[in-house]
Amino acid sequence: MKTRGDGSSRRDVRRRTLPALAQAGPVSVWMILFVTIPMLFILYISFMSRSVFGDVVYEFSLGSYQTLLDATYFKVILKSLQVAVFTTVLCLLLGYPFAYYIARKPPEVASRLIMLIMIPFWTNSLMRLNSWLLLFQTSGPINTFLQWSGLTDHPITFIYTDALVVLGMITNMLPFAVLPLYSTIEKLQKSLLEASSDLGATPVQTFFRVTLPLTFPGIFSAIILVFIPSLGIYTVSDVLGGGKVLYIGNIIKNQFGAIRNWPLGAALSVLLLLITGLLIFIYTRFAKLEDMEVV
Amino acid sequence: MKALTKTQRRKKVLGVLSTLYSVLIYTVLYIPVVVMMIFSFNDQRYNYYWNGFTTQWYGKLFSNDALIGSLWYSLVIAVLATVISVVIGTLGALGLKRFEFRGKKLINNMLYVPIIVPEIVLAVALLIIFMNLGLALGMGSILIGHCTFCIPYAVVTIKGRISGDGDSLEEASMDLGANRMQTFWRVTLPSIMPGVMSAAFLSFTLSIDDVVMSNLLAGAKNSTLPVLILSMNKTGITPDVNALTTIMILVIVAGLVLSNLVQGKLHKRAPN
Amino acid sequence: MNKAIVTLENVEKRFGSNLVVRKMNMEIQEGEFLTLLGPSGCGKTTTLRMIAGFEDASSGTIQVQGERVEDKEPYQRDVNTVFQNYSLFPHMTVFDNVAYGLTIKKVPKEEIAQRVTEMLALVQLSGYEKRKPDALSGGQKQRVAIARALINRPKVLLLDEPLGALDLKLRKQMQIELKRLQRKLAITFVYVTHDQEEALTMSDRIAVMNGGVIEQLADPRTIYDYPKTRFVAGFIGESNIFDGTVTAVEGNLLRVETPAGLLTTQGEGFQVGEAMHVSIRPEYLEVSKTPVEGFGLPASVKDFTYMGTVVKTALDMRDGTETKFSRFDQDEQLQEGDSVHVFWRPEKSVAIKAAAARGAEA
Repeated sequence: MKTRGDGSSRRDVRRRTLPALAQAGPVSVWMILFVTIPMLFILYISFMSRSVFGDVVYEFSLGSYQTLLDATYFKVILKSLQVAVFTTVLCLLLGYPFAYYIARKPPEVASRLIMLIMIPFWTNSLMRLNSWLLLFQTSGPINTFLQWSGLTDHPITFIYTDALVVLGMITNMLPFAVLPLYSTIEKLQKSLLEASSDLGATPVQTFFRVTLPLTFPGIFSAIILVFIPSLGIYTVSDVLGGGKVLYIGNIIKNQFGAIRNWPLGAALSVLLLLITGLLIFIYTRFAKLEDMEVV
Repeated sequence: MKALTKTQRRKKVLGVLSTLYSVLIYTVLYIPVVVMMIFSFNDQRYNYYWNGFTTQWYGKLFSNDALIGSLWYSLVIAVLATVISVVIGTLGALGLKRFEFRGKKLINNMLYVPIIVPEIVLAVALLIIFMNLGLALGMGSILIGHCTFCIPYAVVTIKGRISGDGDSLEEASMDLGANRMQTFWRVTLPSIMPGVMSAAFLSFTLSIDDVVMSNLLAGAKNSTLPVLILSMNKTGITPDVNALTTIMILVIVAGLVLSNLVQGKLHKRAPN
Repeated sequence: MNKAIVTLENVEKRFGSNLVVRKMNMEIQEGEFLTLLGPSGCGKTTTLRMIAGFEDASSGTIQVQGERVEDKEPYQRDVNTVFQNYSLFPHMTVFDNVAYGLTIKKVPKEEIAQRVTEMLALVQLSGYEKRKPDALSGGQKQRVAIARALINRPKVLLLDEPLGALDLKLRKQMQIELKRLQRKLAITFVYVTHDQEEALTMSDRIAVMNGGVIEQLADPRTIYDYPKTRFVAGFIGESNIFDGTVTAVEGNLLRVETPAGLLTTQGEGFQVGEAMHVSIRPEYLEVSKTPVEGFGLPASVKDFTYMGTVVKTALDMRDGTETKFSRFDQDEQLQEGDSVHVFWRPEKSVAIKAAAARGAEA
């Protein structure tokens, strides 16, 4: 930083400029180098073409985006959206009453209960997914029980089905719905609910007219924090879908592995970015990004 | 005892039902962990069905070189990623909270990109950059990848703990004769310490559990533990991995309980 | 007017092992302005919340209009509440907040619009319909809260320290407005406050509460002039209280021995040897340079405090306690350190039974 006329004295540099540079500098450089530039570059690559050998040819082309509209890819995109929507709705429906229950506990109990949600998530997620596989194996405990109890006479195929993938998704994503829901419900003043009741509203009316509208920011945070990762995740379908069912995440990964079609992978990534951007745009219309309770 | 009124009875029933519901949710969240632990005692080389009880895997896992190797690889990366992310994140949180500069808004928004965007997108973007720059994939690229998503979490966590009156505390410190460095070590850092600790914990767990970034950015030679597990998925995960994962979760929970006891209330909100 | 609209019978409330309201009996008359007055933690808000239905009584019964309400949820009771922190719905406009109760009851839209307009006019907030609560001042929020409760035409309006968050000037103004509103609508107001001046200005009757018990329930004049317990005497206005023992009864005059000396008061039903308290307001206390018949309360002048038109004088008593008296003017020609004798006209002092105070302090 240069000393510029009377505005910035040497003391000013020492007081303001140097600390600002030392503190905000590293994070800014990191974000620009490893987030901004890669994101712009992936956008650029998505408009390039691919040689027969799988190399990127730096010629403008909309080919990758056209490929996305092919029936095969389009189906995968639709299916991924479908599973993500399903997961999100279920996480909200299951998570809201759960978060409400925790939020109505005294603070010290609530923080313990929240901690109790987090503990399973410090176990490797693949191992947890694998547990579902073990449980639902054709010769696994669930099938054994079902046959023993006479509910079915031959084993039911659970593994490598969409239903099991959704179960895995939900158990992996639920905390991301519960945490933001919990923190908005917890902030909800009890006296507002009392006021509503006092003015003649039944608990159900109070829920729809007061609780739900006031916890909407939390609901939307939950939607973003569940829907977007669900859309890109591929480990769940790798483990529980047996790699048979493909989702956007698998396709992207494959373009950078065996198949080597970077522009197509980039175009799919841009699609995910667009969906993310759209949701975030809607979110910022009525809430601040800082309030999203991501951690 | 007085008989309950209708409303009291209804409240009681509702209370019991909601407790039952929550217990059910917790059960579903814990089933995978418990099953994982149970199968670490399975007397079967390939973990498809239950064959009998054994503790042999807890001994044998230490002679599984690939497993132990990848564990060390993961641990080294996680420790480095934590240190880098916490240092950059702490400074960044302070800088972004205290100073106004051009482009600050862009940086603030960029911080949310790794948090929100699907990880595969970020991983792919970094991969393309590394490949184009001709950088060899390996520990360096994985580390950069992990830091790229750990730093934003660290900044957001710590920023939330910087109180509005931090400025006046620092002014008080300097008024009392401490220079900038002394003020940072004696006043600023202690006041945000709970946030820094949470950020460290979060960074470590994010890094050690990461699959997507590590999978794409790993070189041919070494893989992290989660990547190894992912690759084993095709052939079946052996019980020694269950044993190792069981040990790891127990260590984490024990560490958490310990730090809770030591730090008391300060650390209470650590995980969220 | 002598019709009870709310009746509390042996009402008790326990939070864990903590008994916050004990054996409360009270009849609230139709159309009156009744204030529950007491220090924080005395059980006044809990009492109000039990009437509203937010808390269940641990034992005893509450009746509204002769009907027991234990089985009724707050939304089924014909009472409405003005909350301490207003509790306006932040996501609704002023109009929607005020209309809330009627919307819930599915009152036709035109009628809602008409009644909300009327109600906002009544609380002088016409033109604020479209604002959100965040864009209102404290006083305006308060008016919206009142309008929102009153529009349902409740039998009883419960007010929980509604003016607590306002500054002094606005509070005074709102006190007068609330009182006028109550007269105009002839609705029963049950008002909770810890501010004795507020209670004295607004109420038809005051229930002074302490430790979960009503110490005295009477009109403001009686409460002020004839406190029934030592607590009430000390809590309402300023009082000098002497604890002593009756040494002689002469008609309705009582001679009392206290650590500060001998004094004379007036009262009936006291026995010689009985422990009791004597309360005397600073404005009724007098001093003389020479001893006075029936009194033996030597004191020395400690200091003076000028409070506009009134001069307050603090006196040191023999037993180390302090006694205060106030005059419009410092006409006595007193100097700091002067030795004086304290006395009063016995009918100006109040004799208080010791037993009455015990229940409150137990």
